[in-house]
Amino acid sequence: MPKRVLLGLLLACGLTAPALAQEPKTGGVINAVIQPEPPGLMLAMVQNGPVQMVSGNIFEGLLRYSPKLEPLPELAESWSVSEDAKTYTFKLRKGVTWHDGKPFTAADVLFSMEMLKQTHARARTNLAQVDKIETPDDYTVVFTLKQPFGPFLGIFEVGSMPIVPKHLYEGTDWKTNPYNNAPVGTGPFMFKEWQKGSFIRLVKNPNYYEKGKPYLDEIYWQIIPDAAARSVAYETGKVDVLPGGSVENFDVPRLSKLKDTCVTGAGWEFFSPLAWLWLNNRQGPLADKRVRQAVMYAIDRDFAKDVIWNGLGKVATGPSASTIKFYTDDVPKYPYNPAKAKALLKEAGYKGEKIRLLPLAYGETWQRWGEAVKQNLQDVGMNIETIATDVAGGNQKIGDWDYDIAFTYLYQYGDPALGVGRNYISSNIAKGQVFNNVEGYSNPEIDKLFADGATATPDSKRKEIYDKAQKILVEDVPVAWMLELQFPTITRCKVKNLITTGIGVNDGFKDAWLDK
Amino acid sequence: MLSFVAQRVVKGVIVLLAIVVLNFFLIRLAPGDPAIVMAGEAGASDQIFVKQLREKFGLDKPLPEQLFIYVKGVATLDLGFSFRQQAPVARLIGERLPATLLLTLTAFAISLVLGILFGTFAARFAGTFLDTGITVFALIFYAMPIFWVALMGILLFSVTMDWLPSFGYETVGANLTGLAHAVDVAKHLIMPAMTLGLFFMATYTRMTRASMLEVKRLDFVKTARAKGLADAVIQRRHVLRNALLPVVTLAGVHSGTLIGGAVITETVFAWPGIGRLMYDALLQRDYNLLLGVFVICSAMVLIFNLITDLVYRLVDPRIEYAT
Repeated sequence: MPKRVLLGLLLACGLTAPALAQEPKTGGVINAVIQPEPPGLMLAMVQNGPVQMVSGNIFEGLLRYSPKLEPLPELAESWSVSEDAKTYTFKLRKGVTWHDGKPFTAADVLFSMEMLKQTHARARTNLAQVDKIETPDDYTVVFTLKQPFGPFLGIFEVGSMPIVPKHLYEGTDWKTNPYNNAPVGTGPFMFKEWQKGSFIRLVKNPNYYEKGKPYLDEIYWQIIPDAAARSVAYETGKVDVLPGGSVENFDVPRLSKLKDTCVTGAGWEFFSPLAWLWLNNRQGPLADKRVRQAVMYAIDRDFAKDVIWNGLGKVATGPSASTIKFYTDDVPKYPYNPAKAKALLKEAGYKGEKIRLLPLAYGETWQRWGEAVKQNLQDVGMNIETIATDVAGGNQKIGDWDYDIAFTYLYQYGDPALGVGRNYISSNIAKGQVFNNVEGYSNPEIDKLFADGATATPDSKRKEIYDKAQKILVEDVPVAWMLELQFPTITRCKVKNLITTGIGVNDGFKDAWLDK
Repeated sequence: MLSFVAQRVVKGVIVLLAIVVLNFFLIRLAPGDPAIVMAGEAGASDQIFVKQLREKFGLDKPLPEQLFIYVKGVATLDLGFSFRQQAPVARLIGERLPATLLLTLTAFAISLVLGILFGTFAARFAGTFLDTGITVFALIFYAMPIFWVALMGILLFSVTMDWLPSFGYETVGANLTGLAHAVDVAKHLIMPAMTLGLFFMATYTRMTRASMLEVKRLDFVKTARAKGLADAVIQRRHVLRNALLPVVTLAGVHSGTLIGGAVITETVFAWPGIGRLMYDALLQRDYNLLLGVFVICSAMVLIFNLITDLVYRLVDPRIEYAT
C-alpha cells in the first residue's frame, strides 16, 4: 500500500534545541503545587486536570505534541498514514518496560483502547471513528478508520489516550483495582508515596528508555488547598513550581517580580482554554439573536482581560482559540459598544425581563468576573439576577438547561473536530449533561460543516470548511465568547526546560532539570 | 451508673440511625449530581459515560434501595466505598483522623486551659484594667474570622519572621524520625492550633468569668470566707469548681465538633485532616464519603455528650444519674 510517511523524530530535536545550549544537570528534587488534590492517579479512570498533571509523569501516550501541535514520538517512535487517510500504522518503541519490569508491547495498546472506550468519555468519542485495531506484531499497531478523520493524529497525548498495563488490569474490577492509587506506567517517574491531603511523591524511573532522562531524582506534588497559602508557599521557598491556575490572578504580578522567578504562558497550546458565556437559546430574551449579539457588544472584554485577568490572555474572536488549527479572525467583530447593545435590545423588544446569570464557582477571579459582566449587562438595561451556587450545583443547573447566562471555560484539544464542534452541533443536545451543546443552538448548516470538516482531506479543504463555520457561528452568537485564557506557570529560574511541548506541565517533567 | 450508660448507649444508637437516614436524604436534596461532577472534570460528558458513573455509584437504584444498602452497611460498620477517591470510606477517614485529632485536641486544650485561666483572672479582678484587657483580647480573636487570623499569622510568622512553616503537617521530604520528627510536627502545629484555640478560648473566658461572678455572690462563698479560708482556696475549691458546670456543658458541645469543625483552619494551613476531606466530598457530591464523615461526627457528638454527663458528676457530686 503506498504510504505517505509522517515522521516526527526530528521535530523533537528541533523543539528542544534552544535548551540544549546549556548542558542539563542530573539530580535534584522539585516541589510543585497540585490543586486540587487528585481523586486518584489512574489516568484511564479519572481524567481531571490534577490527575493528568501528576500522572502525566507516570503514564505515557503514543504521541506528544509540539507547541504548534505537530505530533512528536513518545511510546510510538514513528507512524504512517495510508493514501486514503483511513489506515494509521504506529511503530512502537522497543525496550520499553513498565515500572514493575514487565515489557511494554502492542498488546498493552490494544487493551488500553478497549479499556478507554469504557472509562474515558473523550477517548470513546474519538475511537468511535475506528473500525478495527490490529497488532500484527508486538511493536506495531494498526488503526483502520471507518472514514477519514482529520484530527486522528491529534488524539494520542497522555491525557487523551493513556496507555495502561494490560497485565495489571486485565480480568480485574477496574474501579477497585489497587493500582488505581499506586499506578504503574512506562513514564519517566514512578509512583512512590501519597500521603492524602499532604503530598504525592514520584521518583526517577532508572530504567527509562530515553537514556539520561529524567534528570530529576524526585518530584513532590504538594497539596495546599488555599490559594493564598499556595502563594505564600512559593514566596517562602517551599515550592519551586506553580503550574498555571495554582494562584489567584491578582497574585501573579507580585509573584512574577520575586527574585529568581521565571514566568511563562507556554504549554497550554493543546488545551487552549476558551472562556465563554452559555446563552440559553431556547427561552426568554436570549432566544432572540439580537439580544445575544447585544450581550457581545455590552461586555467590556478588554476590561476583563486587563483588570480581572491582570492582562493575561486574549480577547476571543469566536468559537476557536487562535492557538488551535484552522482558526480564523475573519469573522464579524463585536467591540465593546454599549450604545449598539442598547439599540439591539430595543430592536428586539426587550422589556426588562429577568435574566439569571450563573457565575463559575472557581474562586475569586471568576467571582469578580461575574460581577463585572453583571454590571456591563445592567449598564445596557438588562435585568440580571446572579444565582450563587457551587460547581456541582451549577453544573446540574446548566445540564438541566435551568439558566439564562452561565460562565464556563473548556479545552479545545487542538482541533475544531475535537474540542469546538461538540458545543454547537445539534446531535450534541442532550439534557442532563454538561459541556455539550447546552445552549440548544441548532443549525443544520453548522451540523453539516462540522461533519464535513472532521472527514475532509486535505487540510486546506478542512480550513475552508471551518472558516465558513466560524463566520456563521460568530454571526449567530449561540454563546458569548469572552477570552482565550492564559494560565501562567511560575517557576524558580533554576528549573530549566520544564515546558517543552504544547501540553506543558501536563506532559510530565521528563525534560526538566535543575541548574543547581 | 452502668444502667445509665447502657440506656444512653441504646438511645445513642437510635439517634445515630435517625441521623444517618436524615443525612442520607438531606445530601440528596442538594442540587448537583456526582456523576455529572465527574463527567465534567473529565472534560466530556455523554449519555453512556454518565449512565456508567451512575451505575458505578449505585445511583441508578431506587432511593429506598440505596438507603437500605447504606444502613445495612453502617450497621455492619461498613461505611461504603468512595468511587470518587476509589477507596473504602473507612480507610479515607482513618488516614485523616490522626492529623485532625492532633490539631483539634491541641486547640481544644489551648482554648480550655487559657479560657478558664483568663476567665478566672477576669472574675477575680472584675472591673479592673486586667479584666477589660482580658475581655478585649478574647473578643478580638472571637470577632475576627478564622481565615483572616490564619493568613495574618502566616504573614507574620512565616513570611516576615520566618519562624514557623506556613503549611502542612510536616516538612515534606525531610524524612525525619523520632524526636526531630515530633519537633517538626509541633512546629507545623503551632499556628493552626493557636488559630483555632484562640477562637474558642473567648467563649470559655466569657463563660468562666460570668459563671464565677455569679457563684461568688452565693451564700456558701460567704461562709467559706467567714471560716477564714484563704482567698486562693475559696476561688479554686469553691467558686471555680461550682462555676465550671456551664463550661463543661459548653466543652461537651464543642468537643462533639472536634472532628469536622476545623474546615477553614485545615484549608488555610493545608492540614491533612477530616474537615478538608468533608469539604472536598461536599463539593464533589461524594455521597458515601460525606455520609461517612457525618456518621463519625455524629457518633463523636453522642459519645462526648455521654462523657459530659459523666463529668458533671465528678465536678458536682450533688448531681445523680437519672435512669
